[in-house]
Formats: sequence, structure tokens, C-alpha cells
Amino acid sequence: MEKSSYEVKVGLAEMLKGGVIMDVTNVDQAKIAEDAGAAAVMALERIPADIRAYGGIARMSNPEMILKIKEAVSIPVMAKCRIGHFAEAQILEELGIDFIDESEVLTPADEENHIWKHDFKAPFVCGCRDLGEALRRIGEGAAMMRTKGEAGTGDIVEAVRHMREVNRGIRRLQTMDKEELMAEAKRLGAPFSIVEIVAQEGRLPVPNFAAGGIATPADASLMMQLGAEAVFVGSGIFKSDDPSARAEAIVKAVTYYTDPAVLLEVSKGLKDAMFGKPAKGLPDDEQLAKRGW
Amino acid sequence: MLQIGVLAIQGAFYKHAETLKSLQTQPVIVKYAADLAHLDGLIIPGGESTVITRQLGYRLAWEDLYAFAQHKAVFGTCAGLIMLGKGCTDPRVRQLGLLDATIERNAYGSQIESFTEDITLSFDEHPFHAVFIRAPKILKVGKEAEIVATFRGEAVMVRQKYLLGAAFHPELTHDIRIHDYFIRHCVTQSGK
Repeated sequence: MEKSSYEVKVGLAEMLKGGVIMDVTNVDQAKIAEDAGAAAVMALERIPADIRAYGGIARMSNPEMILKIKEAVSIPVMAKCRIGHFAEAQILEELGIDFIDESEVLTPADEENHIWKHDFKAPFVCGCRDLGEALRRIGEGAAMMRTKGEAGTGDIVEAVRHMREVNRGIRRLQTMDKEELMAEAKRLGAPFSIVEIVAQEGRLPVPNFAAGGIATPADASLMMQLGAEAVFVGSGIFKSDDPSARAEAIVKAVTYYTDPAVLLEVSKGLKDAMFGKPAKGLPDDEQLAKRGW
Repeated sequence: MLQIGVLAIQGAFYKHAETLKSLQTQPVIVKYAADLAHLDGLIIPGGESTVITRQLGYRLAWEDLYAFAQHKAVFGTCAGLIMLGKGCTDPRVRQLGLLDATIERNAYGSQIESFTEDITLSFDEHPFHAVFIRAPKILKVGKEAEIVATFRGEAVMVRQKYLLGAAFHPELTHDIRIHDYFIRHCVTQSGK
């Protein structure tokens, strides 16, 4: 019996496609998320908007709280560790987490190196801003990619930028002669073997989801139409005035993302979305997407 | 050309569609009741059974799916097997109850307990490399259903006339034998 092969790790990511992964900070929120139709939850002590407000060092969440959420829901539970903090990842794996997010939302533990994810039994998801970054993470063993966006802002602009960047990079590869691929791999700073696969297949070898700034059903639909295969909603749900209704609306918007009649119907009657913060005005040290490389 | 629907509420529908294409059938994405109209068969893919339960009844009713499965071929993998079967006590999940088999959700534990293993098929002498992801278990097979694949002596795929249910994910491997079996023994037979 072969456990935790790369095939199995990417397999779970496949099962989450067309779904919504929601940030939750306690058992009650986790149940609201599951009842609303979340495909998975991300258990964390503070959602990104509060991490921004709170300041200090953002670390892996208390395992006790993650375990309580794991007991309360039947869907997969994810949790975040700091970039490069493989000891936090070891703890998450030991507690039986379904997916580890090596996340720029937490304060990085290593500014040069990411975790060697192939060594773990648990699958990893990582953020990216462009194709090169995505392929570096896949090279290290990530089984799922997501755009970084700008977490905790409620501003979709960075997620759109990152999704378009990744897609542009893939289209560029597809137009190239074989002779050009090595130079392109060098330019991207990406492993050649994976560059070759992407050039051939015309897509990433792992599912690519959207994250960072999704606050409305329309935002979710936009990201799906731009090519995301599922969405993460962090602060957007529990920082809004109507978490349960909004969560359910976003779930429907992701399944029926090309149907404006559904999008209109689920958008009507929602209370205020999270207030948000323009990503553009953020000082350098508050731009989470710049963490990692 | 046979038209086979893939329920695309949530989950691994894209991989099933790819496999169907390689078998010279036409995959049809199913999200609305009207999508079921001209289909020769339907696949309910893996994904989260709670999510599929929650969303059915919105643009595609339970009754439509139930009526379809009464006389047409349906193949459920993982979450799809749970939906076809019976006996799930979790109130978060609703089942069609058409396949005479008792299914336990997520019976092997969390993701790190997921595995790949060669299984034995009743209709082919060569083993099948099967991917089990947070997989359900077939606890009991009723007298209406027959076992068509086993792993360590336990049923992992069962068939009942035009209905087929697998606890694993044949769509994640490049081996097309199980989809081919579904088409030859369930889809084309149901049309006769």
C-alpha cells in the first residue's frame, strides 16, 4: 500500500475543484462554513484582516483549536504554517491535517528557502504571483497552487493580477519552440522539467485556485472566469455582516460562475461586504504577497 | 456518439470528462435539470458529498437525478458512490439509495491515510492501480448488487444493473478500463 504519493496529494486537490475553501477561527464558524457548502475549511486563530490589524508575529495556530475544528466538521481541514518553517509543518502533519498552506499571510521563518514539501505525507498548497513562482513551489512538492492576491484587504486587484500573470506565462510557453524553453526556464527561474510539461499540456500540473481579496459572489465568479479552478475566501466571509448567507452565495457563484442569472440572484439581498482596504496604498512591509519568492 | 454527463456541482468532474473523451464518447457537463435530457449515462464524481448534497435542489433537483437513475446508467466514484448507496447516518449527506450497498463516509481517516493500491477486477485478469482519497468503505453489499472489484477481499466497486459505484478514483489514472466497463456494461445495456 503506497500512502501519500504525489499522485494522492494532487488527487485531493482535484476533489476540491469547483469548491470554496473558507477561513474559520472557531468551531461555530467551521460549522457555518460546512453548512453553507464549503468544500474545506482553513483553521486559523486570526483571519488575515485581523492579522493585519493585530500586528506582532503571526505563527501557526494553536493545535488544540485546529483539532477541535477537525472534530466538528466532516470536510477536509487545512492549516497554515510559516514560509520555510518545516517544524510547524511537521506538527500539522502529526495532528493529521488534510492540507498544509505554506502561507505568506504568516510571518516568514525563512526569507530565502521554502519547505521541501516532497518530504511530507500531507499535501501542501502555496501562493504564487506568476508562473515562475508557481513552478518553483511545484518543484519543491506543492500539490496545489493558489494566487497570493493581497490577503485581508477585500481588494480583488492583486488576485486578478496574479491569475492573469500565471495564465500569460502558460500561454507564452505554448507559443515557444523547444529551443526556446531552456532560456525561458532560466528567465522564469523555474525547473526545466516542469516548464516542459506546462509547455506541452498548456496548464499547471496541479490545480490552480484563487485566493487573496475575494469578498463577493461576483469576485468569486470573476476569478473562476479568469481560470481559477476553486476559490479560497479568507476574511471576506466572517468580516462581512452576513457570514452564513454570503458563504452560501459564494458557493453557488463558484458552481454557476458563468450564469449571470444565478450571480444576480445570489448577490441580491446580501448585507454589506467587508469594508476592506485598498491593496495599492499598503506600505511595503504590509504587502503580504511580497513574502516568499 | 454516446453522450455521457458528468455532474459538475463540485469535485473532480474535469478528469472524468477527459477520460470519457479518450473513450470516444462525448462528455456533457451537468449543472441544470435540462442538461440530463439527452444523456445516455451520467457520472457522479468525487468531491465533498456534503457540498453536492447542499447544492442539489438549486438548479438540479433530487427528483430529476432520481428519475434519471431509475432507467439510465449512473457511475458514482467516491462521493458519487456515497450518493448512489444507502445507510449513511450523517445528516449532512443525502443519498439516492438506489444502489443496494451500505456506505461509510471517509472510512480510512484523514488525507495522510489516503493511498494507492492494486485491486482485483472481476472482469479482467490484470490488477487495476486504484487511488483512494479520504475514501468511503462499502460496508455491506445487498443481494441486488454484485461485487466487481475487491481490495484485500473487501468490495471496492459494485454494480447493480445499470448502476456502478466505486470507492476509488479511476479518473485519476490513465487506465481507462473501468470507464470502458461502465460504457459497455451499463450505458449501452440501459439503452436497449
